[in-house]
Amino acid sequence: MDWNFIIFSVVKVAIVIGAVQTFAAYAVLAERKISAWIQDRVGPNRVAPPFVKYIPVLGPLLTRWGIFQPLADGLKFILKEDFTPANVRKAYFWLAPAISIIPATIVIAVIPFGSYLGRQKMVIADLNVGILYTFGIVSLGVYGIVLAGYAANSKYPFLGGIRSSAQMISYEISMGMSVIPVFLIASTLNLSQVVNWQAQHGWLVIYAPLSFLIFLIAGFAETNRLPFDLPEAETELVGGYHTEYSSMKFALFFLAEYSNMVAASGMMVTLFFGGWSLPFWGLDQPAHGIGIGIAQIIVFIVKMAVLMTLFIWVRWMFPRFRYDQLMDLGWRRMVPLALANILITAVVLWAVA
Amino acid sequence: MDLVDILFYVFAALTLGCGVLVIANPLSRNPVTSAMFLVLTIISMAGLFVLLHAFFLAAVQILVYAGAVIVLFLFVIMLLDLKAEARRKIKIYGLIAGLIAVGAILALFFKNLISTSPNGGSPPTIEGTTEALGKLLFTGYVLPFEVVSVLLLVAMIGVILLSRKKLE
Repeated sequence: MDWNFIIFSVVKVAIVIGAVQTFAAYAVLAERKISAWIQDRVGPNRVAPPFVKYIPVLGPLLTRWGIFQPLADGLKFILKEDFTPANVRKAYFWLAPAISIIPATIVIAVIPFGSYLGRQKMVIADLNVGILYTFGIVSLGVYGIVLAGYAANSKYPFLGGIRSSAQMISYEISMGMSVIPVFLIASTLNLSQVVNWQAQHGWLVIYAPLSFLIFLIAGFAETNRLPFDLPEAETELVGGYHTEYSSMKFALFFLAEYSNMVAASGMMVTLFFGGWSLPFWGLDQPAHGIGIGIAQIIVFIVKMAVLMTLFIWVRWMFPRFRYDQLMDLGWRRMVPLALANILITAVVLWAVA
Repeated sequence: MDLVDILFYVFAALTLGCGVLVIANPLSRNPVTSAMFLVLTIISMAGLFVLLHAFFLAAVQILVYAGAVIVLFLFVIMLLDLKAEARRKIKIYGLIAGLIAVGAILALFFKNLISTSPNGGSPPTIEGTTEALGKLLFTGYVLPFEVVSVLLLVAMIGVILLSRKKLE
């Protein structure tokens, strides 16, 4: 067996999972800060360990930014009572949070978050069918929500589960069809090669803007974010599928939502915004040195953070869709649009070639 | 025995075990449990496809069956009266028909297994790349492909006709 490969893979998996969960935790903080800013509030500005206030200038500043808030939130989730209501279906009640976080985590495996660091490729699994793997795993994400709704054995979670199964299947179709033009243009299914193509020819969002728009909208629906958060819809379904959950089980759903956001942003950066590449400063070539390699990883993370901010911003700016409007948009607007997009791209490519 | 062989036996056992649990689960007659074991069966089958280097098939297997078809199963099951379904008796004719079907498939399978010599063929060398599959699908097998799509279209039109509200 190739021990080198195994050791480096384990290290990469550990670092990526750690980074994604940290990113998700701080996305929650960003969400709270941005929502506070939009609603003219202050947001989390108090929590800090006791010694921090003795650090001059920096200590109060970090406290005011709420840097320690995610740690406090995590601690609170762990310490809260893990309550199991009397009439739930126990097996599914325990399984559902785990089933929802697993796809959210392993979908990151095919996303190239950098070119090379030393001689290691900065992607966990460089699959030839990368995008299909992503869609396969993303499509499994719906089970966590459906089973949570079913396990709770009460009305509101059940409605949330039913809604999510219909919603996620509908938007998966337009999401899948929206990226076909991308692969027609780049003529490969391998995500690393898609990024390489973009490094040479320019970002794909310029070549296929309609694809990006459809992918973005479907991404909101797939991650159950406003304006498509009907499965949880606090104002009508209490909390939707996670109404009966508390403590770490609820935290897993919460983390899954934010990990899905991270994955969706990572996917969009890879497919439409050139992945780790920038067109200047010599960042458009696969890296040879450690310095360039790290710079490219930072470029990827910054691009991802911008898209995450877009996700958060949209949540606090737009009202929720009604259920029939959601289905109408998904099936009668976006699917035909995506089909037309494929056809037009294919014809244009054929005419050029 | 190397890793691939071990994985083959693991996935094959998982496929068969979960498959049995779909139809004859001693602990639960809940249709949702059956559907979830069907998901596990399909994922294990995707594992077998990966071992055969048919990555495209494996991904599509999960995407289409586990990700869409069985989610729709669940959608329908959850809207049914599950308690009545769990109490339902097994019908004797259904059992006999099912056993005959399984027996026929098994007989065909064993007939082919006996008639081929174990050292006859060479292991397949084709890598199941998407490109090769696409080329085959749209050149050599274009007629069956089109027939299947027409079949799906007919099914879709049928569903639309059946579910449409009656016009005044």
